Amino acid sequence: MDQILVTLIGLLGISFTYWYFLGKREKTVVAGDAIDIVVEGGYSPDVISVKQGKLTRLNFLRRDTNSCLEEVVLPDFKIRKTLPLNQKVTVEIIPKQAGQYSFSCGMGMYHGKIIVSDGAAPGKNIPN
Amino acid sequence: MEQLRDPKISPTKKTFPVKGMHCASCVIVIERALQKVEGVQSATVNLATEKATVAYDPQVVTDLKLAAAVSQVGYQALLDEGIKSVDSAGLPQVDVEKKRKLAELGSLKKKVVVSLFLGGLVAWGSFPGLMDTAPMALQIFWVQFLLTLPVQFWAAFDFYRATISSLRHRTANMDTLVTIGTSVAFLYSTLVTFFPESVKSIGIEPMPYFDTAAIIIGLILLGRYFEAKAKAGTSEAIQKLMGLAPKTARVIRGGKEIDIPIEQVVIGDLIRVRPGEKIPVDGVITEGESSLDESMVTGESIPVEKTKGDAVVGATINKTGTFTFQATKVGEGTLLAQIIKLVQEAQGSKAPIQRIADLISSYFVPIVLMLAIATFVVWYDFGTQPVLLFALLNTVAVLIIACPCAMGLATPTAIMVGTGKGAEHGILIKDAESLETAHKINTIIFDKTGTLTKGQPEVTDVIPFQNWKAEEILQIAASLEKGSEHSLGAAVVQEAEEEKLILGRAEKFRAIPGHGVEGLVDGQKVSFGNRKLMDQLQVNWQPHNGDMERLETDGKTVMMLSIDGGFAGLIAVADVLKDSAREGVAALKKLQIEPVMITGDNERTARAIAAKVGIARVLAEVLPDQKELEVRKIQAEGKVVAMVGDGINDAPALAAADVGIAMGSGTDVAMEAADITLINKDLKSVAATVILSRKTMWTIKTNLFWAFGYNIILIPVAMGILYPFFHILLNPIFASVAMAGSSISVVSNSLFLKRQKIW
Repeated sequence: MDQILVTLIGLLGISFTYWYFLGKREKTVVAGDAIDIVVEGGYSPDVISVKQGKLTRLNFLRRDTNSCLEEVVLPDFKIRKTLPLNQKVTVEIIPKQAGQYSFSCGMGMYHGKIIVSDGAAPGKNIPN
Repeated sequence: MEQLRDPKISPTKKTFPVKGMHCASCVIVIERALQKVEGVQSATVNLATEKATVAYDPQVVTDLKLAAAVSQVGYQALLDEGIKSVDSAGLPQVDVEKKRKLAELGSLKKKVVVSLFLGGLVAWGSFPGLMDTAPMALQIFWVQFLLTLPVQFWAAFDFYRATISSLRHRTANMDTLVTIGTSVAFLYSTLVTFFPESVKSIGIEPMPYFDTAAIIIGLILLGRYFEAKAKAGTSEAIQKLMGLAPKTARVIRGGKEIDIPIEQVVIGDLIRVRPGEKIPVDGVITEGESSLDESMVTGESIPVEKTKGDAVVGATINKTGTFTFQATKVGEGTLLAQIIKLVQEAQGSKAPIQRIADLISSYFVPIVLMLAIATFVVWYDFGTQPVLLFALLNTVAVLIIACPCAMGLATPTAIMVGTGKGAEHGILIKDAESLETAHKINTIIFDKTGTLTKGQPEVTDVIPFQNWKAEEILQIAASLEKGSEHSLGAAVVQEAEEEKLILGRAEKFRAIPGHGVEGLVDGQKVSFGNRKLMDQLQVNWQPHNGDMERLETDGKTVMMLSIDGGFAGLIAVADVLKDSAREGVAALKKLQIEPVMITGDNERTARAIAAKVGIARVLAEVLPDQKELEVRKIQAEGKVVAMVGDGINDAPALAAADVGIAMGSGTDVAMEAADITLINKDLKSVAATVILSRKTMWTIKTNLFWAFGYNIILIPVAMGILYPFFHILLNPIFASVAMAGSSISVVSNSLFLKRQKIW
């Protein structure tokens, strides 16, 4: 009897885990000239829509002490930045081509996405 | 110009003196330069007061940026605040970051020591076999509970914090696994401590596992401590490069030598450098000569002799003489600044091989969580008695052993060490993809002029006839050519100067295009040129045709000298091979790479030169715009091709190749066109690039093998897959040792790359 109960709870647990972590719906936030991204247990917002060819400032503010998040990497823009705790770090991008470009923490555990509308490989970045 | 981005932030205004203005056009130039700085809203410059007023976004604009903008156009901004970005304590930003990192490491160390000490005491009092030797007090459950409490909630506080914020964002990571794993062990043990009877009633011996929780936390923190220390080593190269920049420069202003901060040096400044000092910025020597150690920037180990007119590179060291040079590039324009930027960009890019690791690590933790639940259920339903205990311990082992960090660290740490090591040897890699592709190269095409050869013709043979001596021939020819602008003539003059010959007086000099030159040298009628010129003058050169053909077959250009109508001798000029050409090509052959030479020269000359360096395949008489096509033809043979050129004239061919390598040039254009820039002129660095790429890829592959293999093998072991066959289970404490060890081994393997030889 208890085995059936444990099995049922286990299955529910597995389903819940799947739904909770992998069934997440993405919420896209449109960035104007600049957008503040809070780095705490991930990136919020984590899906950012920007305009092609326009300079956009991504202001990262890390509030999470987890060392995994201490770097942010935007590989398509060739940017790797250290994010000191509670200090705003601005990353400037001018995407030259439309498309989706991911960004992540230094170890690739936390992810975010930049969706470039109107127009593909990203262009030059302006280093800070 | 971009306007202020965030309307919530009000602009800051700053007024500061600007030096060096003398007319109204200066005002416009400085205003424009300041307005071009990102984040500057308005800039006005007053000539009368010699001051600039700037309204800007303080979050974007720094004093350094303003000073650099003014300096770039040739003026000097006197910003009273520190030019460097400083914190409230007045420390530069790099030092602040270092201080913060050290403080973080210090606090981590404290937590490791406390956790392992308390965990050790708990283990002493509870570990079978050990507990008999422990004092009675340590064997009391609630004492163990009290000893574990600070470990679980103080030392592991950051794990909890990270887990909570992750869960809130519906993400999970390493910390989530450690938190759940140790919390399960801690809560079960607390239950046993305070309600032993309830545990007994379900048939389990009331035995807490506080040691598991405490020791796991201690070991994982220890792993993190070592990992953080090792990781700092992976970015050492870039820190070293940053540390190379000198802080001050001795500038000559108003006839006086003054020491000023490097940021205040402007283009055009005359700078004095004494023996043993660092050259502050890039420039050209205007007076004096010296021997310079450029190894820190170009990787070239032999000191280079420099004299008036030669370019000097900032951050290199002046060894022997004193000289004055004029600054041509300052701030972000210097070669060192560009190298740093390029390395930073490469380290921020991602190697294609990393994609698979990224994909897996983004699903990894949720999958491990599901596997842990499945482990609990299977052990509870089908395991041996007491099922609850086995189910709990194995679940904890699964949560603890899984290590996504190792997978995440496998590629980036190797790329960081690889690109950094490259920079130390003058090999600048544009991005991780280029570094990855370079290991597959099996054909390398060299452009001849300027790449395999020095690009400057030099005198190779002087053959006198009749009663003339070689020295006399050279001296007379050089005296005549002094007035010529032809590069072949310049080679003759240079040779005479090197031989310290005193040149005579030339009169009535006349250049005859396509033939040569003639004139009077010390009263003698001298003609110097090719066969056509000699025929025109009816000089009998035919008896020496054999000598001429022999030289020409060697790829040399031969010029004849007649003095007062008599044939006096031959001087052969050739664009000589770089000293490193033969060795460089041989090194590539050793790596099983086929070298190819491409040139516009005729087949005979081209083959002669190729044979000297040991290249069998020659593409001769290729016009500059056809080089790209030749690269594509070789690619069509199924070869992975690298093209080595100067990066300026060969840009299309470099872009067409799988890997474009620009050689011996640190110019923006070359760096932009090439995937890899070799800033030293040594051809051996081409082979070194391939070796670096191969070793980096080997490191990445072994890292990925370890990281994946580790998880693929040990997660099932922790789940108890070996139990039915061999009765093997993984103690969660050993799981934590393995987990901490796996990340450290990956980072250490990457660091090992630093010690590998590529040269």
